[in-house]
Amino acid sequence: MLEIQGLNAWYGESHILHGVDFEVREGEVVTLLGRNGAGKTTTMKSIMGLVPRRRGHVKFRGAETIGLMPNQIARAGIAICPEERGIFGSLSVTENLMLPPIVAPGGLDIAEIYTLFPNLKERAKTAHGTRLSGGEQQMLAIARILRTGAKMLLLDEPTEGLAPVIVQQIGRTIREIKNRGFTVLLVEQNFRFASTVADRHYVMEHGKIVDMIPNRLLESSMDKLHEYLGV
Amino acid sequence: MITIFGIPGPLLFGQLLLGLINGAFYAMLSLGLAVIFGMLNIINFAHGALFMMGAFVSWMLLNYLDIGYFPALILAPLIVGIFGIILEKTIISRLYKLDHLYGLLLTFGLALVIEGLFRNAYGSSGMPYRIPSVLQGAANLGFMYLPIYRGWVVLAALVVCLATWAIIEKTSLGARLRAATENAPMVQAFGVDVPRLITLTYGGGVALAAFAGVLAAPIYSVNPNMGSNFINTVFAVVVIGGMGSIMGSIVTGFALGVLEGLTKVFYPQASATVVFLVMVIVLLIRPRGLFGRAA
Repeated sequence: MLEIQGLNAWYGESHILHGVDFEVREGEVVTLLGRNGAGKTTTMKSIMGLVPRRRGHVKFRGAETIGLMPNQIARAGIAICPEERGIFGSLSVTENLMLPPIVAPGGLDIAEIYTLFPNLKERAKTAHGTRLSGGEQQMLAIARILRTGAKMLLLDEPTEGLAPVIVQQIGRTIREIKNRGFTVLLVEQNFRFASTVADRHYVMEHGKIVDMIPNRLLESSMDKLHEYLGV
Repeated sequence: MITIFGIPGPLLFGQLLLGLINGAFYAMLSLGLAVIFGMLNIINFAHGALFMMGAFVSWMLLNYLDIGYFPALILAPLIVGIFGIILEKTIISRLYKLDHLYGLLLTFGLALVIEGLFRNAYGSSGMPYRIPSVLQGAANLGFMYLPIYRGWVVLAALVVCLATWAIIEKTSLGARLRAATENAPMVQAFGVDVPRLITLTYGGGVALAAFAGVLAAPIYSVNPNMGSNFINTVFAVVVIGGMGSIMGSIVTGFALGVLEGLTKVFYPQASATVVFLVMVIVLLIRPRGLFGRAA
């Protein structure tokens, strides 16, 4: 579904990604693990075309996307839930939810979204999206990309800074959308959470992929992982 | 005769109406400036020149093609809007990555060039544009005579301002505009063609200025300086209302026009400066403007 080969990315003069290689197969949930500054978020932004300068190959369903604009990549069927959530304060909750255009059939309709996220239904009338709590904003950021029909979702640290009960709800949501056939690339600091949702884990260090661990081998790879993540 | 605070009623209401009409133009022009600033981060100094172009295009339509006032109300904003889109595509869009100051200098230069070209071709004495026959005459309201055309200008301006507000605040297109004003890369990553949205916004803001220009043509003579006469006050209105606030621009525009009109009655010497006095006071007390959001 998503093949990344020799991906390099720069912010101004600083060279962040040094040849990233990995792939995500259709229907998989794959995580990018790594320390702060390893290049996980930059990888996500590079896939979406949000990095000023990038080189290499990002193939989506076999088609090269490296030269496309972010809006063209989104129209091809990739959607991002960014680390900072990207909720708009000048839009109401409903406007935030309806903002991303539909890019393909097969997205969730509003009733299904409200079943998955009952809180959003209660807060639908809220006039400013940024008035929601952190957890509600995160759910809104995930919910609005489920509507669009994009089948490849990039979730950048969806559990960051949230209460355990909300982390569990997000975990349930990710398993639910996997069952519906969505493909997910997930950036996570918390590999215990990652192990509850993912099929495979890639480990990033200094702008490169340094290892791949299937989820069933995660327990036996703990020592290695602790070394990578420095926890 | 009725007198209010020792002022004859007809004089007071007459000035009030004049103020309301100036206010209508302030509102339409500052609204366009606010929309353009929100989206492009450019203070469009060419706005007055494009307003003037709206008046000239309607004059040309009438004198060269025999196309009257009402079709011109649609056609002139369309023509000037397309001119604005070409300007944005070819010149202005090159400046988005630079400091605001460059956009200001460029649009200021464009205004001088456009006004210069029209002055060269048509001179600066001004040309008359007749009020369409259905809008001629005056209505007796009992306390004053209302020239019908002036009433029409206030009404048309009000409708256009509120329609613009509704499009921006109540439609999904408006939601995209507001979102792109806040965080353009994010909106583009959802699949919205933001560069095209920016171009259309500039075209829309310019069309609004041109519409005001058509409305102004029968009131002020059509001349190359008509935009620059207005635009200084309009910038003060935008500063007072707060950059980027839609309703703020509309309310402030009308209110300051009325304030100017009233000043003409009660203390005429200050009528040219009262808006700038208000601007100074607002900047001292509330630098982000009356309706501006905190940055």
